[in-house]
Amino acid sequence: MNSRLILKRARPLVGVTILILAWWALAASKIFDPVLLPTPVASLQALIQSFVSGGLAGDFAVTVYRTTAALAIGSAIAIPLGIILGANKDVYESVEFVIDFFRSTPTSAMFPLFLVLFGVGDKTKIAVAAFGCALVILFNVAYGVINSRKTRVLAGKVMGASRLRILFDIYLLESLSQTFVGLRNGVSLALVIVIVAEMFIGSTDGLGRRLIDSQMTFDMPTMYATIFVSGALGYALNWLFFFVEKRVVHWGGK
Amino acid sequence: MADAVRVDSPLRPRPSAPQSTPAAHITIRGLKKSFQDAVVYDDFSLDLARGKVVSVFGPNGCGKSTLINMVSGLIPCDAGQILFDGKTIEHTRIGYVFQNYREALFPWLRAIDNIHYPLRIMGLDRAARQQRVDKLLAMFDVPIDFNRFPYELSGGQQQTISIMRALVVDPEVLFMDEPFSALDYEMTLFMRDQVQRVLTSTATTTVIVSHDLEEAVFLADEVLLLSRRPTRIAALVAVPIARPRDMDTLSEAEFVRIKTECLNIFRREAKL
Repeated sequence: MNSRLILKRARPLVGVTILILAWWALAASKIFDPVLLPTPVASLQALIQSFVSGGLAGDFAVTVYRTTAALAIGSAIAIPLGIILGANKDVYESVEFVIDFFRSTPTSAMFPLFLVLFGVGDKTKIAVAAFGCALVILFNVAYGVINSRKTRVLAGKVMGASRLRILFDIYLLESLSQTFVGLRNGVSLALVIVIVAEMFIGSTDGLGRRLIDSQMTFDMPTMYATIFVSGALGYALNWLFFFVEKRVVHWGGK
Repeated sequence: MADAVRVDSPLRPRPSAPQSTPAAHITIRGLKKSFQDAVVYDDFSLDLARGKVVSVFGPNGCGKSTLINMVSGLIPCDAGQILFDGKTIEHTRIGYVFQNYREALFPWLRAIDNIHYPLRIMGLDRAARQQRVDKLLAMFDVPIDFNRFPYELSGGQQQTISIMRALVVDPEVLFMDEPFSALDYEMTLFMRDQVQRVLTSTATTTVIVSHDLEEAVFLADEVLLLSRRPTRIAALVAVPIARPRDMDTLSEAEFVRIKTECLNIFRREAKL
């Protein structure tokens, strides 16, 4: 391997290194109160310690569970519905405004309504996150179907394929790239909603709860550690969907 | 006078409601179609013979593709009747080859599964499908790795897969909309040869839209020349040249004569 290739590979690490160095320099210079800005080393220690004995692993697992449950429910509703809506222009046009309206409504504004409907507990958090991500996925799937190559649908039609077969053999696969866009956006949104819900609607666990707790007790290393874990979770989920998309939609862009 | 009888011969259909001839496979009667204000077809009637290859050729915008799309049921007509042996399109098994193979093949299926797909739609089991596909593969003489996905194949190979997918159901009628216009000349020559060979052996009634007069004449038993809009039949020219035709056919006197005749009719109709 030549040196140019090594440099190219190492480039993404430059930003990370700068961030950590800047953080470390700021913390070491003591411009900010050390309580508010601990050193990277102290935060890393807090991260490891929280995972080993501080219950961070449990909170992490709970948040992952809620987010994936919300995404699973949301996509189970939104994908078939999106295909049907997208394939029927008249139906889509009739409900487009409603979808657009609720998609534009901040999902956090729906918290009180879902609290009334589902009470405090896991169900509310999952339901409200599922609601938010379902709309994003629905919109993307329908959009993918509407913009699909009509020639393939015609090809299915001349073969005598039934409407149902055309929906699921052709439209579903045609819209798959756009569906993955929806899933990636949906999972990010679900994670945001779950963490906010854990902070503010009567929760005893989850990353959101841990963030609020550490803020109230001024346990800043734990807070930074939890922020980092939340970020890593969001990034990992996004990356996971990219990875799966590349495998599944192997024909994408070709 | 024997010549007077020829006016009613199947090669010269009258503009309105001719009697269907015994050899007619597709009968089109009183077809009407308008797009917005433009009248494309108004009381258009035509008989197409069984087992023949018909090329459709005409000026730009005269509705060549519109015609085969209406006949194949892809787009509705405003009025008129199209029957295949007296049956409607719903009861007729057809194959259709699109101009744009990239957008017509299923990229999520391997080439071989693309060919299997219409048989799946027909509800055939694996053994029956395999038998049909094997028979078809034997007819085509092409070095293609059928386990590849369409986007991994060349343009000519992809269009070959499209044609095989259309033929595997053993269609009563095969439609081809400018099937070679996206291919380079060398590949076009090769594909013409393939298609001619296969269609001769299957004797499938075929309607090909072409924008290349040489190709239209080369492939056809009859060339259907259309006028400008509102579209009429300018002529139905027979091409009684023996098959298999090859590269040498293109320079034979008879071929050149028919091509020139078609060109003259075309020039008159296109007002060039």
